[in-house]
Amino acid sequence: MVSFAVIYYALLIVACCVAAFYRQRSGLIVLFVLLCVSLISGLLGGVDVLINITIGVALLAAAGGISYSFRETLTYILPNEPAKLMRKAPLTAAFGLLVIIAYVIAAVFAPIIAPFGEAQVVGSSFAPPDDVMILGGDQLGRDLFSRLIYGARNTVGIAVLTTAIAFIVGTVAGLVAASMGGWVDQVMGRIVDVLMAIPQLIFALLLLTIVGTSVVNLTLVIALLYSPLIFRLVRAVAGNIVVMDYIEAARLRGESTWYLTTKEVLPNITAPLAAEFGLRFCFVFLAISALSFLGLGIQPPTADWGSMVRENASLISFGLLTPLIPAAAIALLTVAVNFVVDWMLHISSGLKE
Amino acid sequence: MVKEKSVLLEIKDLRIEGYSDEEWIEIVHGVNLTLHRGEVMGLIGESGAGKSTIGLAAMGFTRDGCRISGGSVLFDGMDLTTASRAERRALRGSRIAYVAQSAAASFNPAHKLIEQHTESGRLHKISSKSEMEADAIELYRRLRLPNPEEIGFRYPHQVSGGQLQRAMTAMAMSCRPDLIIFDEPTTALDVTTQIEVLAAIRDIVEQFNTAALYITHDLAVVAQMADRIKVLLKGDEVEEAETRKMLADPEEDYTKSLWSVRSFEREQKPPPPASETPLISVRNVDASYGPVPVLKGVSFDIYRGQTVAVVGESGSGKSTTARCITGLLPPDAGEILYDGQVLPARYQNRSKEQLRQVQMIYQMADTALNPKKTIGEIIGRPLQFYGGLRGAELKTAIDQLLDQIELEPSLYYNRLPSELSGGQKQRVGIARALAAGPTFIICDEVTSALDQLVAEGILRLLDRLQKELDLAYMFITHDLATVRAISDVVVVMKEGEVVEQGPKDVMFKPPHHEYTDLLLSSVPEMDPDWLTHLLEERGVDNVGEAAHDKKT
Repeated sequence: MVSFAVIYYALLIVACCVAAFYRQRSGLIVLFVLLCVSLISGLLGGVDVLINITIGVALLAAAGGISYSFRETLTYILPNEPAKLMRKAPLTAAFGLLVIIAYVIAAVFAPIIAPFGEAQVVGSSFAPPDDVMILGGDQLGRDLFSRLIYGARNTVGIAVLTTAIAFIVGTVAGLVAASMGGWVDQVMGRIVDVLMAIPQLIFALLLLTIVGTSVVNLTLVIALLYSPLIFRLVRAVAGNIVVMDYIEAARLRGESTWYLTTKEVLPNITAPLAAEFGLRFCFVFLAISALSFLGLGIQPPTADWGSMVRENASLISFGLLTPLIPAAAIALLTVAVNFVVDWMLHISSGLKE
Repeated sequence: MVKEKSVLLEIKDLRIEGYSDEEWIEIVHGVNLTLHRGEVMGLIGESGAGKSTIGLAAMGFTRDGCRISGGSVLFDGMDLTTASRAERRALRGSRIAYVAQSAAASFNPAHKLIEQHTESGRLHKISSKSEMEADAIELYRRLRLPNPEEIGFRYPHQVSGGQLQRAMTAMAMSCRPDLIIFDEPTTALDVTTQIEVLAAIRDIVEQFNTAALYITHDLAVVAQMADRIKVLLKGDEVEEAETRKMLADPEEDYTKSLWSVRSFEREQKPPPPASETPLISVRNVDASYGPVPVLKGVSFDIYRGQTVAVVGESGSGKSTTARCITGLLPPDAGEILYDGQVLPARYQNRSKEQLRQVQMIYQMADTALNPKKTIGEIIGRPLQFYGGLRGAELKTAIDQLLDQIELEPSLYYNRLPSELSGGQKQRVGIARALAAGPTFIICDEVTSALDQLVAEGILRLLDRLQKELDLAYMFITHDLATVRAISDVVVVMKEGEVVEQGPKDVMFKPPHHEYTDLLLSSVPEMDPDWLTHLLEERGVDNVGEAAHDKKT
């Protein structure tokens, strides 16, 4: 154990020296901070903490390595234009893409990948992880791993659908408000103000208690609650476009409102909309998980990450990590989507040329 | 003028690179420049010639994405390309100052003028705030700003554009720098306001024996300001000479072509017979934005195949008149007639055929073309919309139009507007107007955003199209050189009213209406003594007031 600590510190110090020698400023700073942190935590927490730090760093390095090779592979495989884009993409974006693809695969092929059925009772309740159940069992003895994979299908699928509905409603309303102006704009704006004046989660709970909990109701209620945000974004962005001379030229040509909005305005606002889609998806996703956690979202026995956290929550008091696994799945996807969104924002901000 | 002849700024073999598409491309290819103390050098050239880049490099500064890749910039013996950040920063504001093109965009709208004025002095610890303020008022007085004691305590939006540009010059003077770089300081101003600013700049530079680099694309302006002129083209020096020699006897072909631009003038058409119905007739139009009246009883006629130039300074109601004709702004009173028929006041109520006849070409081609559509789509849409053309027929028609505007169809059909130069974009704007097959086109300041050579090309193109297609133009402009080049009839507007109108040959000959006279005499001429004579004629102190009077 002592020898591990000695090797650990020796390696870090050598790495620092190497970085300093080659004048790798940022690398040196990272290594040096790591060295200081390890010194303090090593003194306070002993060798165990050092081992954990090593595992953490190794995981990060592995993620970086995988993202790097993923990006290079994509650059190689993809046709000319997207390959050029990928080559310039930051590692974080590649990591995000990789995670999203993994989730999509899990969601689509859930029945094939999962060793057991969604609601199938396999072992005893709260069974510890073993060869049969890799992540152990939940409170009814169902396989946690299988439910996690089915959860991807339910939670992510519903979130995508909900976000899409919210976007269609919000975009259409926003475009109409921006291009018509006048009282139409005013009326829509005030309705949106009313919807946004009530805290979202409370409003969602209220509506779901009134209309009852089902997947359809859940989707529609959350879509309704999120569409005002999209409306405001679209109205603001489109507002900058409709004052352009080319819109005036199209108006003077006698074009219909439909042509104006779909052919002249919409192509100019797709970039911010796409970025917003990714961001909103995360919020919708978290909202569904929150509602499920509160028991008003996706109903059992359908597997869902939010409700899985709640069902296994009591285990946390025994020092087990089981309830944190679905939570981590949520967190990982949110982070991944945001990485990709950041990248898209960077591209759409026109910095590419 | 007594001048110390020691060298202040010496730029040797300056090379600057810009980063684009993952590689560094050289944009300034080895320019040499020597500036003595108290000397004014004019840098002229088209856009993309590297004027501004060189101007900024003279301060040891490059824009983001650019870098100085070779050569040296010696300012008073100190090489700015190798100087440290701190050394360069110590020079800026105190010994080298910069006056930008748009004063309105360069002042911080949240602070009073005088606070911004005293900032660089305090920063460089030259003198106390109260001394700086007293000095600011003195400078405002010298620059002939109205109410010098009080004007500094206003916010930028509370003073006019010309005053703001002078306040900015005063600010640049605040530390009595050795060198000031003027980057197109009057380009955004009206002719009448331009004179005040030019006179003020020239005086103050002379009084303090400051050296200056004067960057502009306007030859007539540079002729008034500079002792020597350097002509640039695409990052290369073309030639350099004393102002008078350069004007009288340019050596290079490119310089000659710049000089000859102003010579384009087409023949004026004879007035139409009295019996002919005007194509467009504006009758006693009153219009307002909300409660503010903008147009008061505007009337004029435009005949088939005729070019009517509407001139006036900004805010005179030229563009508002165009908005009334197109139906974007329904007039409060009066009517617009097309070929003897009253047009509905709102464009929404006009028939497709009525809309087709009246087309517009805009000032800013950048905002007039949808950036997400290809040139083919932009030009094709009116053909599709009005003519119902489809498929191969449509393609042929678009190709024809592209040929007409002198763009090679196979090259430009699939390009996006961002892949075209300013002049080419303006040509596409013309093609879109032509595609509708109109009889009347409103040209709203179509050449004012373009370089002279390019603008000249556009004017020639419009003229050719007019002859081929018998079009009528309403040419909105504040540039009297353009008016002289292309118009048959001139309408002078001031504060929403038509002051004077008539055929061009009559309008350009005295006697004029007082206001027409002010406008005409304010257009800079190539004669280097023009400004001096003009100021003598008007009485130096009256320049500011003459322009001020018309505003109040």
